[in-house]
Order: sequence, then structure tokens, then C-alpha cells
Amino acid sequence: MKTTLITFGAALAFSAGTLSAEQVRVYNWSDYIDEALLEKFETETGIDLIYYVFDSNEILETKLLAGGSGYDVVVPSGTFLQRQITAGAFQTLDMSKLSNAGNLWDVIAARTAQYDPANAYSINYMWGTTGLGVNTGKVAEILGADAPIGSLALIFDPANMEKLAGCGVHLLDAPAEVIPAALAYLGEDPNSHDPDGIAKADAVLSAVAPYVLKFHSSEYINALANGEICVAFGWSGDVLQARDRAWEAENGVEIAYNAPSEGALMWFDQMAIPADAPNPDGAHKFLNFILDAQNMADASNYVYYANGNLASQPMLEEDVIGDPAIYPDAATLENLYTTTPYDIRVQRTVTRLWTRIKSGT
Amino acid sequence: MKRFTLISVPYLWLIVLFLVPFLIVLKVSLSDAALAIPPYSPTLDLSQGWAGILVWLDGLDMENYWFLADDNLYWKAYLSSLKIAAISTFLTFLVAYPFAYGMARAADEWQPTLLMLVILPFWTSFLIRVYAWKAILSVEGFLNQFLLWTGAIHDPLIILNTNVAVYIGIVYTYLPFMILPIYAALEKMDASLLEAAEDLGCSRFSAFWLITFPLSRQGIIAGSFLVFIPAMGEFVIPALLGGSRTLMIGKVLWEEFFSNRDWPVASAVAVILLLILIIPIILFQRNEQKNREAQG
Repeated sequence: MKTTLITFGAALAFSAGTLSAEQVRVYNWSDYIDEALLEKFETETGIDLIYYVFDSNEILETKLLAGGSGYDVVVPSGTFLQRQITAGAFQTLDMSKLSNAGNLWDVIAARTAQYDPANAYSINYMWGTTGLGVNTGKVAEILGADAPIGSLALIFDPANMEKLAGCGVHLLDAPAEVIPAALAYLGEDPNSHDPDGIAKADAVLSAVAPYVLKFHSSEYINALANGEICVAFGWSGDVLQARDRAWEAENGVEIAYNAPSEGALMWFDQMAIPADAPNPDGAHKFLNFILDAQNMADASNYVYYANGNLASQPMLEEDVIGDPAIYPDAATLENLYTTTPYDIRVQRTVTRLWTRIKSGT
Repeated sequence: MKRFTLISVPYLWLIVLFLVPFLIVLKVSLSDAALAIPPYSPTLDLSQGWAGILVWLDGLDMENYWFLADDNLYWKAYLSSLKIAAISTFLTFLVAYPFAYGMARAADEWQPTLLMLVILPFWTSFLIRVYAWKAILSVEGFLNQFLLWTGAIHDPLIILNTNVAVYIGIVYTYLPFMILPIYAALEKMDASLLEAAEDLGCSRFSAFWLITFPLSRQGIIAGSFLVFIPAMGEFVIPALLGGSRTLMIGKVLWEEFFSNRDWPVASAVAVILLLILIIPIILFQRNEQKNREAQG
């Protein structure tokens, strides 16, 4: 009986494979690629690309750890990647299938090796910083011309937030990024894993939470661009995309991005292949396509994030490669910090704290 | 034998569709969160036979339940859900009763059409209907634009991302569940009773209050349970229309599962939610049974 079932299953799988075209399922962050590239991949390879998006590392991790996610390529950030490698969620990359791997930038690869030793499981897609997106006109109107738009005091000093509340402030719904920022504001170690140290962030965040319109990790792009909100604590490229959308709409909204002077989180989004990916071969083709210098340059030119691809740099537009908000200069680079993943006990403290802060209980 | 088979079918459904999923959730709620696939431990290793089961049983404990009891967030969320569910059930009743009353009093040839109109919204996805409310209630939404245009208000009302929006969403979504049972009760009513009351000198209002309303009680009770029970565990409406301060247990459960990735605690929250809901579910069953007996 059992053998019959297996044979039947295998026959079914085989017929399904021959009937439909090859598919690759990619799960990437929202607003994170030039969609023309997706079509280009399909034309070049004849593979059906099925593209899904998410806006939180936590959701991606839930899906990966449930097993059988069905995705062939996923894009976790460094610290999450490291946890997921430990959990056995990924397969090692077959470098023989990644002929474009030579394009990678050793400076970034050296930093991502902190999360993925020897970069055996992942390639860098893009990297950036977490900082302040500001509607310069409105903030100057409310807080005066000397408003601290380059400092975390803008969002963590209740006096400022009280005034900004009416105009709208969004914070990322990402405890692993907002809590380190609050610690940096206090002058504490942003990468603290000590529950007592983390608790210090509570006071800062609880004091300003009532003035936060929304904790959300993707809506702020449009909200900033439309002038619906004044300030967002968000990801560099997303804020710059908002700046661009406002320009295109010619609605008079001026958006600026600043990495906070107290220090900014530098993060790396890594492409990896789940251990149980249905089509690992197709996944490697997609990775190799992304590693192509021109494709990577197109992607960065579109989403305003720096990438880990050295060969793509000559093809980058001047407002990307020349913008220190995207490719930081030495002084800014000095001021960036990285974090390491929390263990499961600390994780619980952090998420608990976060739920409390958001719900005001 | 035949009889036994016939009886066993519903019980089989009960076991497969209710008991087994519940036991899985219960099992996870007794485990510990772990960084693995699946993200909890211990997992049952049947290949080791009896010894595997013993090891597994040994790893289970009530820790997550103590944790819930310790943390007042959960109690606040349960209480807040109870409050939101109770208030919205009452509001739904207020909106639904005149609806049902009008339908039951309408001309006979109109009734099937009216019934159809109540059911019609179900043909559109629930999610899309809740999303549509975002467009209506937002600061630049239709409602605010209309009110600003009429001059009734000068500053846009902030409704979206507040509890008010949650109430509106629940009342709108669950309205048919309240209308239909009340309509069914009113429609069965013998109209000659009202004529008799008027002949005996009752005013129209007291005839309604003394005759119609008590006779529709069964419908009101059934409708209230049908709204209250799902509203208690509602997730989609508070997630889309509520703000970060809308505390509902369905949302806490979702966060526990997706954001905190703590399956065991999420499962413990679900088990307790079920225990809380069993009380109204049993009351509902009793009421239905009494109904049937009264009719039989």
C-alpha cells in the first residue's frame, strides 16, 4: 500500500513538473526591486518568476521556521539570517552555479561574514542604515529652523514628539531596530543583550509612544511622500524613495534622510535559499541573475539602496553612488553600528517590551 | 451495527475537525520555544517508540500558562476583547432590530428580495469589505470629505486606527448574523395577536413592547451569540481598522505567533481563549435546545 502511494505521488509530481513551466518563488521586501528586472529574468531564463513581498523580518522567520514555506529565495537581514542558519533553515550555496559571484564587494562580504561565516549560505542583496525621514518644510514650521532633524532627539524627546504628533510620526514596527536606536540615544550600547540594559529603552519609548501615529514598516513611504506624516523612523532607501515620489508628484513635499548623529544601525539584507526550497536550481539562477553587475545597478538606481556588488558601481547613477546617505563617506561610516541576534530568552523580553510599548499597557 | 456506524459519523467529524486540532494546539502550548524547525521543543519522535514518547512527555510543562498568568497584558487583552465584543454585539442589535422588523412587516412578495439584499454582501470577500472601510474612514476618506463639504465639521475626524473604527467594522460585518435570526423569529409571529392587543386597548408601542419584542427574544439571543462569539476572537477588523492601542486577544495571538515567533505562548493564549468562549457556546446550545423543546 505504502509503495503504491509513493509511486502515485511520484507520478503526480512528475506530471506536474512536465505540465507547467519551471517556477521560482521569491520572497523579498516590499518596494525593494525594479519590477522591470523581474520581467527581464523571465525572458532571459524562461522561468516563471512568482514574486511575493513582506515588510518584517519577524514574519519571514515565522514562515521559514514553520517549514515548507514553498519559497526558493528569501531575503532576511543579517541578524535574522544568523538565527535561521542555526535553526537549519537554509542550504549552502553551490558556488559553481553562481558565475557572477566574482562581482561581490569584499568590503561588504567581510561584514556579512559576521552573520554568515564564509558567506556560505547567502549573498548580499542590499544594505543600508536605519534613520530619520523628515518632511523638512513641515518640521521646520513646527519645531523651528534649528529642529534637530539629524538627531534621535527628534523622535525620542517627548517635548519634540508632542509637537510633532499632530502632524504624524511613524516608527518602524521592528523591535530589533528601534530598541537599539533608543539605547544609542541614551548613550548606552545599542547591541546590549542584557535585559536590564534593554529595559532602559523602555522608558524612552514608552514616553514617546502615545505620540506615534503608527508603528508600521512599509506604509511610511507613501505617507511621507503624500505629506500625510512629518517624520518616519525608517530605512534609508525607503525614505529616499518617498523623496522621489514626492518630486514626481510635484506636491511641494521635501523629504530628507539623515542617519542619526548618535549612531545609526547598519544592516545587510541577504539572499538565501531555504533548505526545503522546491526549486534550488532555479533559485541559483535567480541569485546569479541578481549578481550580474548591470542588473544590480538597475536595482540600486531604482530603490536607492547601496548594494554589495563592486562591479555594479560604475553603472550606478550619480545621485546614488554620490549620495552619502546611500554610500556613506568615511565619517558617517564611523558612526554606524551593527547588532547581533538576541538569544531566545532575551528575544522574549524584547518582544514583550515591544508589545507593551505599542499597546500602551 | 448499522446504527452504530450511523451514530459514529458525527463523532468522527468532531474528533477529526475539533479534537485533533485542539490536542495539537494543547501539545504545542506545553512545549518550550526553540530556534528550530518547527520552532518549539520537544518534538515527538515516534521512531524511538515508547521511550521517545516518555522523553517527549517529560519535556512538557505548564510554564507558558504561568507566564500568561504573570503578565497582565493578556488579562487586559482578554478583558478588552470581552468589552469590545459585548459593546459591538449591543450596537449590532440596535441596528439590526429595526432592519429585521421592517423586513418581517414588508409585503410578502418583497421579503425574498429583502432577504437577498441582506445576504448579498457575503458574495464579496470579507477582507475587501473591511479594506473599503479604510477608504471611507481615513482622514482623507469619503466620510470626512463629505462632512467637510457639508460644513458639519471644520477639521477632519480621526476615526481610522481607533476603537470607533473597530466598532463600525464589527457592526457592519456581523449585521446579517443578527438580522437573520431576529427576522426568522418575527416572521413566524402570528399577526392576529397584535390585532387582539389593539382591540383590548393597547397602544401600538405597548403592543410592540408586550407582544412583538418578547416573541422575538429567541432570535435576539441567537443573534447575539452569533455576533459575540466570533467578535471576541476577531483579528482582521482590529488589525486593519484599529490602532496600535486597540487591544484585542486575536491581535495579541497573531503578534505572539508572527512577530514574537513564540508558538508555545501563542498556543497557550488560544487554549485559554477557547476555554473562555466555551461558556457562551454552552449557553447558546442550551438556548437552542430549549427552543427546540418549546417547539416540539
